[in-house]
This record gives sequence, C-alpha cells and structure tokens, in this order.
Amino acid sequence: MAEVSGLGDWTLAALGDPGKLRPVVTAPAGVLSRAGDTVDPLDDDVVRLAADLVATMRVSPGCVGLAAPQVGVGARVFALDVTGHPKTVTSHGTFVLCNAEVVEASRWRPGREGCMSVPDLTGDVKRASRVVVRGVLPGTGTAVRLVTDGFEARALQHEIDHCAGRLFLDRVAGAHAVYQRKVYL
Amino acid sequence: MNELAITVIGPDRPGIVADVTEALARLGANLTDSTMTRLRGHFAMTLICVGPSGAEAEAALAPVVADGPLVATVRQVGTEATSTPFGEPYLMAVHGADRLGIVAALTRVLAEVGGNVTDLTTRLTGPLYVLLAEVELRPDAAEDVAGRLAEVAAGLDVEVTLRRADSDLL
Repeated sequence: MAEVSGLGDWTLAALGDPGKLRPVVTAPAGVLSRAGDTVDPLDDDVVRLAADLVATMRVSPGCVGLAAPQVGVGARVFALDVTGHPKTVTSHGTFVLCNAEVVEASRWRPGREGCMSVPDLTGDVKRASRVVVRGVLPGTGTAVRLVTDGFEARALQHEIDHCAGRLFLDRVAGAHAVYQRKVYL
Repeated sequence: MNELAITVIGPDRPGIVADVTEALARLGANLTDSTMTRLRGHFAMTLICVGPSGAEAEAALAPVVADGPLVATVRQVGTEATSTPFGEPYLMAVHGADRLGIVAALTRVLAEVGGNVTDLTTRLTGPLYVLLAEVELRPDAAEDVAGRLAEVAAGLDVEVTLRRADSDLL
C-alpha cells in the first residue's frame, strides 16, 4: 500500500468500539525494557489494543501518550494526543501508530519529561524538535509518514522509545539530570 | 530497620565507589538514595543505606579507610521523612566573579519566603563562580523572589536567573 503523508482520512472510528481501560504498568517491570514485537495492524487483537490505549490515555490526567508496553503488552503500538497542550505547535490530533520509526530527526533540544510508568521521577532528555516518523495505522493498515515538530515530536520519540523497550531514564543527560517529581498532576 | 547516613570523602582515585559500596554490600546494607561527586579533586560520597547497625557499617568501612586518606562517617538517622510538596520546582542559576557570601546571600532570599533548596551545586573555575540550585517555591511567590534575587545579585555583581523547571508528562 502506498505511503500517505499525514493521517489522511483515518479516524478513531477505524478502531470500532470504544476501548476498555487497562491498568498501567510501572518500572521496574520487564515488559518496559524489552523491545516490542512488530504487529499486524489489521489483527483484531491489535485493533482492540489500539482502542484500549486511547481509552486509557484519555482517563489519565495530563497524559498525552501511551505505549503498549505501558499496559503490559510487548508490542510496537502507541496512542498519542497532544491537542491543547501549551507547548504544542503542530498536532495530528488523536491517533494510534503501529510499527513506528523515526526516519529523520533534527533540531535537538533539552527538556524535562516524566512518564506514567516512572511516576516519581522526571529527567532532562535531549530530543529532536523536528521529526519525520513512519508507521502504520491500525484498523486500515495504511502506511503513513508524519512530519511534525515541538511537543508532538518529543512525545512521538518518547512513545517510540517505549516500543523499543527504552525509558527516558535510558536517555537522561547526566548523573544529576534525574529529579524527584514534586508536583503531582 | 536501621537507616544510616554515611559520608566518605578523600582525594579522588579510581575505585573509591567500588571499594566503599562493595564493603557495604557484603554487610547486607542496601543503598537507597546517594549522591557522589568530585569536588576540587576530592571525591565526596553522601549516601543513605538501610540494614546494618552503625557500628557494623563503621567496622565494614574500617579496612577501606584504614591505610588511606579517605575519611568516613556513619550516623544513624530517623526513618525517611516524607516531605509533602508545597510548591513547584524552579531552577536558580547564578554566575559571576567569585566573592565571599554569594551562596549565603542568595539562599537567604529563598529561605525568607519558605523556598526549599532540594539540590545545589557550586563550581569555581578560574575567577568564575557558578551556582545552580533546584528550589521548591510557591508559584505566587516566584515573581517577588525573582525581583529580590535580582537586587541581591546586583549588590554582589553576579547574574541570576530564576525559571520554572517544569516537566511534561509523556
């Protein structure tokens, strides 16, 4: 299938019924540190997982993304939605990507990030503020190419890292770049 | 369960961390939070560990410090104090020509509004003095504190910035 730029006409309707909530796994948990399996985006279980990731992300305060390993599934699937976040520049709305990879990254910037799976710490991590990401949409199998920047670019890299078994802790800028998280959302 | 605060400091060389932590691990002491850094050629370790008694930890560290210039202290402390976050994290950065009292004057400004320093590093390199501090501040106090810090910094002829160290949940 030809690669499409942007999400095209994909909507959450491609995932069928609204998903169910799944419990979020926190570190240390083996599933968070193992590379996820490549998935079939048309497989019923994968489509259900995609819907569940969206549902679980939406009920989690302040959460802008959730990857399959965070709900205990070692698969390369994540949900993302940075709509309305004050740091968002470009946004593709709510979507789920399978088997995503970063194919171009530039304009590296430091930033402090936290993660639902590491609830008590934050860390300074350098991320590209402009990325091109390739992936496949669940439910339709459409291959897409997303060009984005700013906060959505950071969030995409964080979620793609989860799918590869990496936490922000694997990328912190130095021995003094991890902090106790002081403000709870 | 005993909770111990241990410090070890001495001239830097390869292997200090391995020697000290190996002695504690053999004793069954579990390191919890620690910070270890090199300060002008001295290696300084401050760590909290749980398990053995203070006397046992001192005995375990004795061979490590016996014939060398390392100095270790062991002190029993109360169980972990859970500090309730009352403010939001800010980063204060200061730089300028070294002089007496920079840290004292600027941290006094923070203390006067109840600001709590949670991490602080200073470095002197040549004539340049650098101070970086993580501070918890009430957000409604931040603007006034920034103004007051600027006044005090001007009196010391150093530059100060105070900014939110906000993090994003991803």
